[in-house]
Amino acid sequence: MIRASTIKTLKIDDRDFSARHDETILDVARQNGIFIPKICDLKGLSPVGACRLCLVEVKGSNRLLPACSTLVEEGMEVTTTTERLQRYRRNILELLFTERNHVCSVCVSNGHCELQTLAQKLDITHVHFRYRYPNLDVDASHDRFSVDHNRCILCSRCVRVCDEIEGAHTWDFMGRGIESLVITDLAEPWGTSETCTGCGKCVHVCPTGALFEKGKSVAEMLKRREFLPYLTQMREEHS
Amino acid sequence: MPDEPTTRKTILIDPVTRIEGHAKITLHLDAHGRVADAQLHVTQFRGFEKFCEGRPFTEMPSLMARICGICPVSHLIASAKACDALMAVRIPRAAEKLRRIFGLAQVLQSHALSFFHLSSPDFILGFDSDPARRHIFGVAAESPEIARNGIRLRQFGQQIIERLGGKRIHPAWVVPGGVSEPLSVANRDAILVALPEMLTIAQLTLEWFKGVTENFREEITSFGNFPTLFLGIVKDDGGLTFYDGKIRIVDAGGYVVATGLDPATYNDFLGEKVEPFTYLKSTYYKPKGYPEGIYRVGPLARLNIADRFGTRRADQEMAEFHEIQRTAVLSSFHYHHARLIEILYCVERMQQLLDDPEILSKHVRAIARPNSEEGVGVAEAPRGTLIHHYKIDDHGSMRWANMIIATGHNGLAMNRSILQVARHFVHAERLEEGMLNRVEAVIRAYDPCLSCSTHADGRLALAIQLVAPDGAVIDELRRK
Ligand code: SF4
Ligand code: SF4
Ligand code: FES
Repeated sequence: MIRASTIKTLKIDDRDFSARHDETILDVARQNGIFIPKICDLKGLSPVGACRLCLVEVKGSNRLLPACSTLVEEGMEVTTTTERLQRYRRNILELLFTERNHVCSVCVSNGHCELQTLAQKLDITHVHFRYRYPNLDVDASHDRFSVDHNRCILCSRCVRVCDEIEGAHTWDFMGRGIESLVITDLAEPWGTSETCTGCGKCVHVCPTGALFEKGKSVAEMLKRREFLPYLTQMREEHS
Repeated sequence: MPDEPTTRKTILIDPVTRIEGHAKITLHLDAHGRVADAQLHVTQFRGFEKFCEGRPFTEMPSLMARICGICPVSHLIASAKACDALMAVRIPRAAEKLRRIFGLAQVLQSHALSFFHLSSPDFILGFDSDPARRHIFGVAAESPEIARNGIRLRQFGQQIIERLGGKRIHPAWVVPGGVSEPLSVANRDAILVALPEMLTIAQLTLEWFKGVTENFREEITSFGNFPTLFLGIVKDDGGLTFYDGKIRIVDAGGYVVATGLDPATYNDFLGEKVEPFTYLKSTYYKPKGYPEGIYRVGPLARLNIADRFGTRRADQEMAEFHEIQRTAVLSSFHYHHARLIEILYCVERMQQLLDDPEILSKHVRAIARPNSEEGVGVAEAPRGTLIHHYKIDDHGSMRWANMIIATGHNGLAMNRSILQVARHFVHAERLEEGMLNRVEAVIRAYDPCLSCSTHADGRLALAIQLVAPDGAVIDELRRK
């Protein structure tokens, strides 16, 4: 039984909502059809607040707060869309594009990419920052999957799903800041990884074309993510 | 610009309007003001081979289709065939037929563009007509019927590409192992229903063109009219093909010099001539050496090498075509005529392929991993033989790529044709627009796509420069 005290009421964009105390601003927004951009967040994985795309304004706080990892509070007044927020979001997205090499027209994820979709949604027609054009590899050593670092946005979904859901913890990060790379095991070729079970969860949660199944041609890498909430729910029921 | 009377001079045309790509022509004049030498410079860099390194081979078809916005489908096909070879698969029969139709649609639309939009202004309005009017709209004013037909044909080709490939400019439907989706009944019927109209247009245009060819005697004798070899792929029975076959080479007398050559061994018989003034990879037939090994590819070459088309009307036209000359047909002016016959063939052949019930088969893709570390794919692009050659590592990542494209095959012949036409029409004392247009027109006869021959994306740009014996540029022609 849910106790009354666990229900919070709050305002998002001047509309009144109530929510469970363990829900985030993003959860409430999502349930009520309010669009907040996000990319590192994925339902079923723990929130990390890494991409900062979901920043919102909360009355009384002079910091912007990530909607994906901020729990609702009683009396909260949230604003999801302002000039300033839109500007930040666009800058963040543009920077994501400049950090690596995104050539959508030849990408396996073209048309099904969360990064691309967000860019379209936020009306990004060109990028105002200098591209870095890093020279990054594709690791195609795995039998069935490849990782193309040129399209990785370091969202850590692969790291989390592999650790939290599959329990293999094959993926991790190496290096700092902009130099970071996702790695398998101790930066060994994916194909020789001892821990990878080949389940493919990382491939399907990856928001971009960074992780993909081999043999897919342009625009053919459709990702299925519905399995995640079910898996988490089933595990909770069994534990 | 002032003339300097005693020196050798050079003419530069920039841009050669109405061709796709980026290039520059230099005409070197001797002390008497006669054209002594001609050079076609292609000024952009190559880069695609480098782009490919480390990429998954499955990305190649789409990447390669982007080399050239003019015949992406041909690159897609040659590239996918190289990938089929890397996977060591034989693709399903329906997939092969669908790729054929796709390729024919590309040839049709590309030929229509070349003939009607780019070259027909010269035939209808005249080589010396006002350049401000010498374009497809000028044609529309003069002969609305012809302009309309050209636009219809091209549109038809593009619509097929769109129907099959989904996106007009860079379709991703052709994939390693076949095609990504089968043909729907609705799409088949939509193409079929338009074929009779296209057939009529193709026939009418041919009749009209044969009737006016007489007016261009001077151009016929000077537009790249010299002996060379001719190269292309033919079927095992010697029939013309755009999709799959072995290389055949025929000499100026019309005799077969070599046949049944495996395209994968192109390195054994094609040499590369590196000219200091251009980035274009120009090739010649090794056993004959340079310059005797100069050859031409494309519509004229295909009609010279193939024994037959294998469709009724095109075969009749081919027989008539060979009456122009008992040997091989030598003047590059006749590329236009050959192109029109090929348009007719495309329509007839599409009918054959679409009438075959197998075309609707759902089995259109072979799935396989890379099974071979090297693969070569060949196809006849509208402009001639196109070869893609890839090497991959054990994981299917690209290690190396090479490409030979039609404009490269034709590089040496184009250069020589420019010299011939310039000698005939260009005189240093009088720089007339009409003679420069003829220099451009000879290039247009080959319909080169210079952007892809240098493997960089670029728009049409060409300049003609007049250079004196001391190297001074004394005149230049650039059009807006
Ligand atoms: S990952 Fe997304 S944004 Fe990046 S190239 Fe692929 S489709 Fe474009
Ligand atoms: S590989 Fe994909 S899921 Fe993993 S961090 Fe990069 S973008 Fe995110
Ligand atoms: S979705 Fe909230 S920080 Fe990435």
